[in-house]
Amino acid sequence: MSAATVFGLCGAALVGLGLYGLVVHSEPLRKILAFNLLGGGVFLLFGVIARRGAAAGLGGDPVPQALIITGIVVAFSATALAVALVLRLFQETGRATLRSDAPVGARVTDTDS
Amino acid sequence: MSLALDIFTVVAISVGAFFFLAGTVGLLRFPDALTRLHALTKADNLGLGLVVLGLLPQAAGLPGALKLVSIWLLAQLAGATVAQLIARAVRPGGPQA
Amino acid sequence: MTLALAIDAGLAVLVLAVATWTIAVRKTFAAVVGFVSYGLLLALVWVRLLAVDVALTEAAIGSGVTGVLLLAAAARLRPTEKGAAAEQPGAALCFVTAILSAVVSAGLAALVLLPTNPAPTLAQAAVANLPATGLGNSVTAVLLAYRAWDTLLEKVVLVLALLGVWSLAPDALWGGRPGPRYPAQRDGALVFLAQLLPPVGIVVGIYMLWVGANEPGGAFQGSTILAAMWILVVMAGLGDAPPVGRRWLRLVLVAGPMVFLAVGLSGFAIAEAFLAYPVGYAKPLIILIEVPLTLSIAATLGLLVAGPPERAE
Repeated sequence: MSAATVFGLCGAALVGLGLYGLVVHSEPLRKILAFNLLGGGVFLLFGVIARRGAAAGLGGDPVPQALIITGIVVAFSATALAVALVLRLFQETGRATLRSDAPVGARVTDTDS
Repeated sequence: MSLALDIFTVVAISVGAFFFLAGTVGLLRFPDALTRLHALTKADNLGLGLVVLGLLPQAAGLPGALKLVSIWLLAQLAGATVAQLIARAVRPGGPQA
Repeated sequence: MTLALAIDAGLAVLVLAVATWTIAVRKTFAAVVGFVSYGLLLALVWVRLLAVDVALTEAAIGSGVTGVLLLAAAARLRPTEKGAAAEQPGAALCFVTAILSAVVSAGLAALVLLPTNPAPTLAQAAVANLPATGLGNSVTAVLLAYRAWDTLLEKVVLVLALLGVWSLAPDALWGGRPGPRYPAQRDGALVFLAQLLPPVGIVVGIYMLWVGANEPGGAFQGSTILAAMWILVVMAGLGDAPPVGRRWLRLVLVAGPMVFLAVGLSGFAIAEAFLAYPVGYAKPLIILIEVPLTLSIAATLGLLVAGPPERAE
């Protein structure tokens, strides 16, 4: 059992936690948080593959590491778009809910954050 | 000589870790936000300073040592600012008083 | 069990504990705080996995910029939390979800515990071709030489996300200033920080870009520091976000991918293929790509955090 295996198991558990939070929470912002946790777990699994590919004097295979960096940046841009959507939904309907039959509240013009 | 430096490193980092532990105990045990901030900032600044002091003999030359000290200074700056902001937000009159 | 393995196991347990708390806690603001600490602990995990470039990116983008974004959103969405409590799913759904999530986790854990021997790796190929690129950091070589196509597309994805965020503005505010106007506080500790830190931050950001050629670092990490300094200045009220309709701002945003694309297309003329670098000119071309790319990514990250336009010009 090496360090890579320990963190690989941690990544697998994070994927499960993220999936659970994504389904169970009703608020969109909590779903976005759980989605990021899920992404972190997947990146950890990539990192374990990179660590296992250590060769030629390097500590880890650089190709999966570069893929993880790309993945972190793309996950942030997806999170930013999702958060902007939720805030706009809140502005338009006064509620942040994904249920289609929820009553539409008053339009919120938030003048302060 | 290097053995003495290693012993110095271990002792300084251990004392720094003890200060971090004391700050965390204060965070968990103190009654309100202001006393918790006090415990965190005092203990963590000194703890980080001792850890940096312990790492200085192991640093790679003068640039590495300067980088370690600048990390400590930046962490102090950020910690002091955040402590001020949180303290102003929780005081009884609110952030504007 | 060696000491290092015990420390790694302790770190993994801590990461799982913070993640579980983030999922389980009631208030959304507390969950976001837990997420930011989870991100910083994950950066420590990356260092233990000897992926220092990934650790820098995780601490900067995964935990730092995402944390700022989510904290602002959680503060704005606080009025909706009472209504959301009524929509919590029943115990049956929670139980079934927990079972299925555990099955997925167990499957992935089985994949982790059954390694393929020998482990597949591209490290030898990456290191063998490093002298041709003139770089010393193999991860930077992968990002900007071997898989430069992926980095170009990633930058385009960032710009597309920004377009998506901008398109959520009401029609009347299109081209306006994003985010609220933060008042300049007279005696602010934040004002002091925003006057003291940005010069240091700019130097650190440029240093991280430059040193990424041979040491851990690179364009993404350096540009995140630059974006963070700009976010700090705007939040302290010392500066205002520019209107997104300004031509110079849009030029800065597209300069990075445009230069990248131009260098790539010129690869048809001066080398054999798209994004191929001619022998001996790899390092200057990579630097030519990286400098506008850093500015573009810094502007894009800052504007993604600021959000859609909310004020007229």
